[in-house]
Amino acid sequence: MRRAVLRYTGAALLAAWVLFPMYLLTIGAFSVQSAIYHYPRDILPSLSWGTMRFFLDSQGVPTALGRSVIVAAITAAASAALGIPAGYALARYRFRGRDAYRVTIVSTRAFPVVVLSIPLAVFALQWGSYDTVWAVAFMHTALTLPFVVLISSSVLTAVPADLEEAAQVFGCSRPAAFARVTLPLAIPGLAAAGGFALLMSYNEVFAASVLTLERPTLPAFVLNALTSSPEPYKYAAAWLLMVPTFVFIFFIRRYILGVGRAR
Amino acid sequence: MADIVIRAVRKTFDRGRVTAVDSVDLTVADGELFVLLGPSGCGKTTLLRMIAGLEAADRGTIMIGDREVTTLPPRKRDLAMVFQNYAVFPHLTVEQNIAFGLRMKGDAGATEIKEKVRQAAELVDLGGLLGRRPAQLSGGQQQRVAVARALAVSPAVLLMDEPLSNLDALLRLKFRSDLKRIVHELGTTVIYVTHDQVEALSLADRMAVMREGRIVQAGPPLEVYDHPASTFVGGFLGSPPMNFLPVAIDGAVSPGPRSPDAACPDDGPRAMVGPRGDSFPAPEAMRGWCGRELLAGIRGENMDVLSERAPGAVAGKVLVVEPLGAQTLVTVASEDTEVKVLTAPGYTAPPGRDVWLRPAPDKVRWYDPDSGAELTSP
Repeated sequence: MRRAVLRYTGAALLAAWVLFPMYLLTIGAFSVQSAIYHYPRDILPSLSWGTMRFFLDSQGVPTALGRSVIVAAITAAASAALGIPAGYALARYRFRGRDAYRVTIVSTRAFPVVVLSIPLAVFALQWGSYDTVWAVAFMHTALTLPFVVLISSSVLTAVPADLEEAAQVFGCSRPAAFARVTLPLAIPGLAAAGGFALLMSYNEVFAASVLTLERPTLPAFVLNALTSSPEPYKYAAAWLLMVPTFVFIFFIRRYILGVGRAR
Repeated sequence: MADIVIRAVRKTFDRGRVTAVDSVDLTVADGELFVLLGPSGCGKTTLLRMIAGLEAADRGTIMIGDREVTTLPPRKRDLAMVFQNYAVFPHLTVEQNIAFGLRMKGDAGATEIKEKVRQAAELVDLGGLLGRRPAQLSGGQQQRVAVARALAVSPAVLLMDEPLSNLDALLRLKFRSDLKRIVHELGTTVIYVTHDQVEALSLADRMAVMREGRIVQAGPPLEVYDHPASTFVGGFLGSPPMNFLPVAIDGAVSPGPRSPDAACPDDGPRAMVGPRGDSFPAPEAMRGWCGRELLAGIRGENMDVLSERAPGAVAGKVLVVEPLGAQTLVTVASEDTEVKVLTAPGYTAPPGRDVWLRPAPDKVRWYDPDSGAELTSP
């Protein structure tokens, strides 16, 4: 009983620690612009679309947002196309170096991307892809791929192998067995993996800043404009970049928590 | 309908370090219900999966009917399988599950499929549940779906991998007799894998006992039960397992130390138990083992429990009496051996009581104490 109280109190504090700034961000983004400069801040202000509209109508924001969406879509598609087969192999086959492979995938995330900034820019320039959505999407795919591989591997592990074997006995080839049995059962989890890649790309700022100049994605654009923009603009930008991600993660959390579970 | 001929099939795992199936030869006749019995890890499931095509044989050939199927994928082998965990597709209804194989074959029209699904469902008592999803079914019902799915395709060969092991005891009993009736009605060739010796005895037309990747004995179940080819089979098959009494084949009927070269008397060899000279008659064929130590294999139901010394009976002390309802299981210590005897219901005796066990002479089997192999003649 006491332990339960302690646990829930801790959880509530932790949640408040994360959610209170989110709340301030939200009321900042959805109240009239002048309210932001008002102190003390109203906890329950009158809501307004003004700030958000002001941000979305700003010079360059709509195109940057569009570019972000395109980059995120390419990233999600590419990392799903590459990552799901790899996840399938990890889920279904026992092969030499399987564990090493898994660790290698995770450890790529430990690599500081910052030290890659100059080589990245140089490569992109050499390939003639600098300042294009393709260069950014390519780099984002590299960043999201480990997550897609691990999430889809855990999702596919959860689909019993004997279902696929039954499908093979009852007339399916291997690909058909995957398509008719495993895929329909795994599709929510695989969609979550793709969505995760989509949002990581949508939020990513570093590679996007390094690889673009004239045609940035939204985070890169906002980062550039940050010092020279008014407070309401920052609130609206931060809200638009953060909140969709939080909401999405909330809905797919069980797939991400499944990743660490050993087979 | 087809027979199955397996020749010198072998399978290793972990790059040859673990031998799962070691050169197995097996012939299953058309329409036969054949049971593969063995303890876990004996290779029976691996053998079944090789027949199914879910595992590739390292060596050997597998024929189904007139076709060699050794390298064919499962879908081209004209067989169906019932899996241990049912493997019913959770995203499909019962009807779609049963129709799965027929749909994939693609040579039946929608009405024909519907009719076949109805028939298969009827066969296993699933008529009213066709619209349900597997999640809404009990384990027993899911297993029926798995069986109906397999029967619906009218396979030449039906493979079953411990299909009853996840059901509770009562359901298992019912399902066992249903299954035997259904497959005999259909005349399908069935290979049935189990570690449960009761299942094997009750279902099989013929059976094989496997151990460490090899078939150690094959035959009709009662023949295997009556004549275990080795102490392993005798100990694995039967509940309680066969008793193995160390005996010496000898001519000395009177108590006292035995001489190793004593000749068997003219009135027949005897099996001596222990130093006190209790003995029971051995068949004439055992004359060649005179003076040798052997194991006498005696089933629990093939011994009488006597309360007084009698000719052909061996002394012992009651350790425990367990009433089983239809019979009573008595554990008796005779010399250093614990002997399990099945006797009439209602038998009682306090622990420690002296009893004498009299084996039915024609039911005693003889085994080499070193190799464990059955001895028939020298």
